[in-house]
Amino acid sequence: MHEHRLRFKTLFTVLLMVVCANVGDLLLKRGMTQIGAVHISLDGLQHALLSTVQNGTIWLAILFLLGFTLCYMSAVSWADYSYVMPAGAFGYATQTLLAILVLHEGVTLKRWIGVFVICFGVMLVGQTKPNTTKQPQVAS
Amino acid sequence: MIKVILMLGVLICTSAGGEIAMTYGMKRIGELEGFHPRSVLRFLGRAVKCGWVWLALPLLAVSFYSLLILLSWAPISLVIPASAFNYVAGTFGAKYLLKEKVTPKRWLGVTLVFLGVLLVVATG
Repeated sequence: MHEHRLRFKTLFTVLLMVVCANVGDLLLKRGMTQIGAVHISLDGLQHALLSTVQNGTIWLAILFLLGFTLCYMSAVSWADYSYVMPAGAFGYATQTLLAILVLHEGVTLKRWIGVFVICFGVMLVGQTKPNTTKQPQVAS
Repeated sequence: MIKVILMLGVLICTSAGGEIAMTYGMKRIGELEGFHPRSVLRFLGRAVKCGWVWLALPLLAVSFYSLLILLSWAPISLVIPASAFNYVAGTFGAKYLLKEKVTPKRWLGVTLVFLGVLLVVATG
């Protein structure tokens, strides 16, 4: 029963983590579209800095990204890093899907293949030992 | 496209550099001993005095701004997957700067991330 609860709690937190990251990034994109393309010059960067600080959508995005950090930190405090990390990879695929559905971006088959190769790579990294420098303490 | 790739380079360098400096700083500071307010304050006090944390913060701020600039130039379906290249740069930094051991399986994963990013950027 305890394991069942733990599994549910972890899945819920990981799902919330992916939602927060995806919504945060989407809102960042929306905010930057409102501001317009940034020009690389002293004036352009100054204007971009002021515009982002004054943009409500960017602040909302930052709130979601803080939510992501909070979910990530709490998830790794009780669950394995190798369990939580592959969920980050799953986020790349949902982000691409959301880009199509919400922002109506065109995504080619080649880009989808690239996204899935990234997901698979991150999942492989996630399956390796999270700590390679410190030996785990063995109870005597 | 060249300016997007250059800005992606800035994003990767500052993000991986900031994360490595933060990790190095955190390992010197030591673990957070529980979530009691006094422990958290003691931990923050140690963090404020650590030079590596002060190196990490501006790098991470520049990385966040380069992400914003990239999002103002390119579609999100290109920028976010391409930013996964951070895993590759971070792994090299972890191996050579933090002296972490990187297993063949992890290298294989990192190589796949690299190939995936190349595919995504090639569609830009």
